[in-house]
Amino acid sequence: MDIKDKTKLDLALDKEILFNIYYVMRRIRAVEEKIVEEYPKKQIRCPTHLSIGQEGVPAALAQVVTKHDYAISTHRGHAHYLAKGGDLDKMIAELYGKECGCSKGKGGSMHLIDVEQGFMGTSAIVGNSIPLGVGLALSLELKGLKNISCIFLGDGAIEEGSFYESLNFAVLRKLPTLFICENNLYSVYSPLDVRQPIDRQIHTIAEAVGAKTACCDGNNVIDSYETLNTICQEIRSGSGPWFVEFETYRWREHCGYNYDNDIGYRTEEEYETWKRRDPIKTFVDYLKNNYSIEVVNKLEQIDQNIFKEVEEAFEKAKKASYPDPSHAYTSIYCQ
Amino acid sequence: MTKITFGKAINSAIDQAMALDKSVICYGLGATDPKGIFGTTLGLEKKYGKKRVFDMPTSENAMTGVGIGASMVGIKPVMTHQRLDFFLLALDQLVNGAAKMHYMFGGTVNIPITIRLILGRGWGQGPTHSQNLQAWFAHIPGLKVVMPSSPEDAKGLLISSIFDPNPVVFLEHRWLHNTVGEVPDNDFRIEIGTSKKLVDGNDITIVSMSYLTIEAQIAEKYLRKNGVSVDLIDLRSIKPIDMKAISESLKKTGKILVLDTGFTTCSVSSDIISRVLINNFEFLTHPPAQIAMPDVPEPTSFGLTKSFYKRAADIAKKVLDMMGIDSLDPFNDLPPPAPHDVPGDWFKGPF
Repeated sequence: MDIKDKTKLDLALDKEILFNIYYVMRRIRAVEEKIVEEYPKKQIRCPTHLSIGQEGVPAALAQVVTKHDYAISTHRGHAHYLAKGGDLDKMIAELYGKECGCSKGKGGSMHLIDVEQGFMGTSAIVGNSIPLGVGLALSLELKGLKNISCIFLGDGAIEEGSFYESLNFAVLRKLPTLFICENNLYSVYSPLDVRQPIDRQIHTIAEAVGAKTACCDGNNVIDSYETLNTICQEIRSGSGPWFVEFETYRWREHCGYNYDNDIGYRTEEEYETWKRRDPIKTFVDYLKNNYSIEVVNKLEQIDQNIFKEVEEAFEKAKKASYPDPSHAYTSIYCQ
Repeated sequence: MTKITFGKAINSAIDQAMALDKSVICYGLGATDPKGIFGTTLGLEKKYGKKRVFDMPTSENAMTGVGIGASMVGIKPVMTHQRLDFFLLALDQLVNGAAKMHYMFGGTVNIPITIRLILGRGWGQGPTHSQNLQAWFAHIPGLKVVMPSSPEDAKGLLISSIFDPNPVVFLEHRWLHNTVGEVPDNDFRIEIGTSKKLVDGNDITIVSMSYLTIEAQIAEKYLRKNGVSVDLIDLRSIKPIDMKAISESLKKTGKILVLDTGFTTCSVSSDIISRVLINNFEFLTHPPAQIAMPDVPEPTSFGLTKSFYKRAADIAKKVLDMMGIDSLDPFNDLPPPAPHDVPGDWFKGPF
């Protein structure tokens, strides 16, 4: 479905948005690349699913939601946490299992949360967080608030019963939900064609259930931004659930820091094709072609700030202390 | 105090919780239908509106997750399933979600959801409509499990469950819904994790739960008449479990019989006995005993269930054996109700 009257970015007026999109995207990549550098040192000791290649959609969403909106995500949740405003230091400390981590070392990479920023958690179980996002939306309805609940999911979750059940209820109650499906073509090493009929377009399923839907190139961040901006406005004015399918691609292995194009489930060629569509590079090229050298120079300055921030976060996390072993036995119940 | 049924006590608990706190919501398949989940949700929609009291899609898993998601930000859902067995579709949300979230997110969120599950026995409910799986829930760190046996406890424990900041699995035995008892009219709470001493005695400790407490009370009266003094403890909460009360009783009696509505292997009763052996071995004057359901699916046929359910006579017989008394025949003295597969005449089945 084409979105009518999509609010276009005004290139003259919205420079701040462009810079901010760049900042969020570049920062996510810098964090993930730093994890790649550090992971082999075996101090990060938990399953970690990197978002490299998939930074565009979260960066676009970051521009159109506030901390009063909710978001909930999956095992591959670093990008979503950061885009939603999640505290960087607390995230890195969590990866290192430290007391000052966002989950006090009890969750790790797959259980990131920042309640103050409306980022309400990630789940290690495919499809598990989808109904939670709908429940968050139900709370908004019950409290009479005009905010929205964003639910990140992948193409694998479309095969889970919880997806259909959750979407059905969201449509039934017309809840303010935004389903953001990042289709990266693989569930672990299983390609879409062994999991879903080859001629299927995922977003048409959501349409059949009754959601309004759109499909978008997740590597084209400006288009992603314009799409999400328009849709979020609609949801805020009471449209009910939207489901947006984004074409994306994870560059590295399912879990871990390596490339794994050599093990045989996908080809080097396929990877190279997607890499050429790199959301960050595409975006920078666009800016270079449309803006003055000053704008491009600003990007370099943003980069420097990001690298410094990321370095510091890792340094702090490494230096931080582990929780006292006795904490393993606390917080089982809320007192 | 008013004399009401167990079902009405449940209804009254939800009603008062909803009146006290606007964040309490109530939903379940059939919650607003004319029967109102065995009467337990009748009248609530009219009183509190469609937003807070609603029927739901047949989506046990997602609707559990919806409740959990809402409870992360302060809503207190009371979700009901007419059969525990239906809820098995939602174990992911319960076990990987509700039970863990407070812990795995470092205490930043808590999940004040109450999940009412109805379980039972008899009237051909058969293998998949009768399972008493309290041990499964009790096995999961982070859950509380409540299993009342009287109308008063049902109300006091349900209000406590609703306002508990943690997920509570509230198990209602279908054979209890029409039992009658005195129940306080006002809002009152019973602390989760506390058992109740129903009868003080010296010869043997009986630990009971849910519907089997009714049978245990019948057996206790019979035993008392025949000179056996039973210390009868109704667990009320399966988790946390009141082991303190059990060991105090055991110290006095030296003998223990644990009754369990669930299957034998890895049961709550097995766990209680294991803890007794580990911690209170010195109190025992007789090997501990257990009456639980056999490790077979519950059959459906009227013919197959005749001696299948454990009842007062089985309890009395076990106690008499432990006391070394063989002059009585409880199976003769305490005949089964006829028909054997319903709690009373009121029960017309299937619901």
